Parts: sequence; C-alpha cells; structure tokens
Amino acid sequence: MNLNDEEQAMLAGKLGEPKRWALDHMMKVGKMFDAADFVPVSQAHMMADTESLGNACVEFLEGLASHPPKQCRVAVPMITDPRGVDLSYYQPLGQTEAMANLERRTIAACSQMGILMTDTCINYQTIMPPLLGDHVAYGDTGVVIYCNSVLGARSNFEGGPSALAAGLTGRTPRYGLHLDKNRKATKRFVVKEQPKGLTDWGVLGGLIGRLCGSYWEVPVIEGIEVVPTSDEMKHMGAAMASFGSTPLFHIVGITPEAPTLAAVCFGAPPPAQQITKADLDALRSDFGGKGEKVDVVVFAAPQLSHVEMQQVADLLDGKRIHADTSLIVCTAPTVAADCDRLGIIPRIEASGAKVLRGTCFYNQYAREIGEANNWKRLLSNSTKIVNIIAGYGYDPALASMEDCVASAVAGEIV
Amino acid sequence: MTELKCHVGIGPLVEGTALVADDNFSARYDLDRIKGIFSRPQHKLVGQSYVDKILVLNTSKGGVASAWMLNEMKTRGIAPKAILFNAANTILAQGAALADLTMCDRFADGDITKLINTGDTLRVDPAQGLVTIITRF
Repeated sequence: MNLNDEEQAMLAGKLGEPKRWALDHMMKVGKMFDAADFVPVSQAHMMADTESLGNACVEFLEGLASHPPKQCRVAVPMITDPRGVDLSYYQPLGQTEAMANLERRTIAACSQMGILMTDTCINYQTIMPPLLGDHVAYGDTGVVIYCNSVLGARSNFEGGPSALAAGLTGRTPRYGLHLDKNRKATKRFVVKEQPKGLTDWGVLGGLIGRLCGSYWEVPVIEGIEVVPTSDEMKHMGAAMASFGSTPLFHIVGITPEAPTLAAVCFGAPPPAQQITKADLDALRSDFGGKGEKVDVVVFAAPQLSHVEMQQVADLLDGKRIHADTSLIVCTAPTVAADCDRLGIIPRIEASGAKVLRGTCFYNQYAREIGEANNWKRLLSNSTKIVNIIAGYGYDPALASMEDCVASAVAGEIV
Repeated sequence: MTELKCHVGIGPLVEGTALVADDNFSARYDLDRIKGIFSRPQHKLVGQSYVDKILVLNTSKGGVASAWMLNEMKTRGIAPKAILFNAANTILAQGAALADLTMCDRFADGDITKLINTGDTLRVDPAQGLVTIITRF
C-alpha cells in the first residue's frame, strides 16, 4: 500500500503504539483486499458488546487505553453500537456481576480513548447521519447498509478492531465500497408485491439478501411504488445484511445513487428477477406458527426509533402482558431519554413490558438470559432477529408489531 | 499433492484437517462458542466441533461481531486453525488480522467446498496464496 508521510510515521511507531497497531492491522486487511492506499474518514462507529469481546478483547482495549491520551485518543468522532449489558437492568435478566464488570471495564477503556458511548445501531436516525459521498468506518451491518444505500455514504462492514483502527488514525484502507466500481449493481430484482409495514419490508430485505448471498453482490430493486419511511428502510436493510452479508442496495428512483437504473449499472443492466408474493411467503414460512406458546416477545434489531416506541406504546395502552410471557423492547439511550420525557416508556412498562437502554437483544448474552428466564419460543417483528437467534437456542417466529403485541397479551401466537 | 492457488491471505502458515460444507459462516450466528461446536440448527455442520479444524466454507455472513470473536475464541483455545472461503467478507478478514488467524479466499480452480473434502490434510500458506492438499481422506 502507498503510505503518506504521516502514515509512515504511524507505522514506525512515532505517534505511539495505538496508532502503530492500527496502521499495521489495517494494512493486513488492505492487502487482502488489494487496497492501494488509505482514505480519510469523517466518523467511526464500533461494535464492542462484551459478549463478543470476552475478557481477551477487553484487555486488548485496556492495553490501548493505557497509553498517554495524545497517543490513544481517537482522531475523528467515534461512537459505539449497542452494548451487552444495560447497567440499570441486568440482574433481573439473569445477567451476572461478571458480565456487568466486563461492561464497566469496556466503557472505561473506550471513554479513555475519547469514544462516545452512544450504544446505538440507529445512529443514522439519532446521532449524526453521514452525507452523500461521505467516507466513514461503521460497524454494525445494519448501520452500514442503511448509510451506504439510503444516504449514499461509503463504508465497508467494519468489525470492532477495524472501526477502532479507523477511529485512532482517521482513515481506512481504500477498498470495497469506498471505490465506485464496487457500488454498481450486480443483481436486479423487480418487486411485484408491495410491502406493507415494517415486517414486510424486513422480509423483502431478507429475501433479497438470501438471493444475493455475498458481500460483493449489489442488488438494484425496481417496482417499489411508495417512498418508504426511514424505519421501513432500517428493517429492510438490517434483514438484507443479515441474510446475505449485503452492505449496499439501490432502489431505482428512491436511493440517492439510483435516480435511474442506468445510473447504477455502468452499461447493460443485470438480468431481472421477479420477487412475488409466493417468494415472500416462502421466506416467512420458515418462522413460526399460530397457536403456539410464546415465551418472549422482542422488539429490537435494530433498536426502536421514537416513532416505533410510540407505536408500541399505543398498541399496549390499557393492556397487560400475559403472566407467562415477557415483552422486551430495546432502544438507544437517546431515544429512551426522550421517551421518558414524553411519557412513552411509562406507558409501555405499565403493561408489564420492559424497555432496555443501549442494548440489543441478540448481543446481550442471548443464550444465558434465555436459559435464566426459560425463554425458548421467541416472537418478533424483526426479520433480522428471527434469522440470527436460533443459533442461541431459541425457536423464533415472525409477526407484525400488532400481532406481536396481541400475542404477548394472549401468551400464544395469535 | 494437489496445489490450489488463491488470493494472498492473512495469518501464519498452518497445517491441519479440513472440515468442509457448502454453507456460510458467522461466529455469532452459527457457533456455540462455549462448547466449540456449530449450533445453528440450519447449518450443515450443526453439532460438529470446529476447534483446530481448517474450515472450508462458501462465504461469510452478516454480523460484525465475528471480528472480535475470532480473537476471543483463539485466546480460549477454541478457535478453528484456519478458515478458507470462496469469498470472505471484510469482517472475517478483519477478525483474522486481529487474531492472527489464517484465512484465504478467491481460489483460481473454482468452488473450494468441492475441491477439498472433510478429513483432507491441508497446508495453508497465506503469504503465497497457496493451499496444498497433503493427503486425501
């Protein structure tokens, strides 16, 4: 890779060990993906939940944070993805003091490096959305696909170590989606059944992700007849990234890089594949059936926006969750603060539901809290979470937000 | 011995036994990282131990967590010895870089999950972009 003078100084350790590690780490990755050089980034966003980190990676963070502030402070604004423990509510979930202590150590190390503990996977709705053409280094696949696709920013999927390396140095290897050539459409889908509601958008995203099946495929979608909401795009993108490792999609006439089909094809468009109601129903049928008992209903993955929080509160008003069923809602700390002020969280929790702040259900020791609470049968309106939670020992089912609330009240899938 | 050319990869030269499936990979979605086995019911390797194996899979799936998890698993001695993909995504490559875990992808001779069988003994040389099948199972 071509390094400028500052990067050579970093690699030589002249700016401290944290930046030396960061440059070296990013060069290993850049070499694998044929990066010619580095590109400056305006922001970094790091996934660092403690379930993933374990003690080994927390010690790694603490090691970096032990260097003098001038050497270990991040060079660009850097924020965090949901964490593994809501420190205001972990014992009732069956999370242990050891888990909480790991979380406290992580927060201390990150804060020492100047990282803002935003604990959110909806930073594009709550913190500082990137602009068209803005190079960033974001973790969380849902964040990346939304910001690439809906906002036209440029980010690869950055795992925690690489997001941290980008934050420490203010740059990332120029490969993948930082390059024009990798943003052109390689698969083309024509939607014949219009999505209605968040879950439909998630199912559509999941199906397209499954059909793409690789990080290096870019779908362009035609046939969408309405302008989706931010929440709908959020669910679609999160599911697509989850099912397919897909980091970017275009919707003709809606997303900023695709005013026309030709704009994202750089020549002849790929052959079109129709998405029908039968295709969507087939994906849906993988998850759950009516009349079955439900142990836990989850609204998460991604965290809920203000608007979704209000929708859940409206559906729960005057109702009580079934005694044998739990209802968990995960949102960003900023949204939670507003929803406290607006009286939305008290309305949700009056039903017996619980709102968690700064976590997301699947990255907060899902296996352990499932075993502690005898949660097996899980119902959610998130296509993403029903795709990923089975590996943690759950039997997932998928339903709309309205049916999820009704099922939580009935104690069985309605 | 059969030599398979691939893109230059990450990590040290290693030798080990292949565990192969025409399926994808995420440390978060697919593994029980306490028991060291594939746990996702839909995965073709469900129930099998991945520890010290050279995993040979199609591609890596969503979930940035794998980037930390590879290092965390290696520290506890329950990591695979190497992972070979037809196409890695960025996250698994980043995780391999942190963990110093061997990883290669983009094989010149076609679908790597068809070219290697479970039980084959392999030598993986990421610096040269070369995988050698030392013995067939």
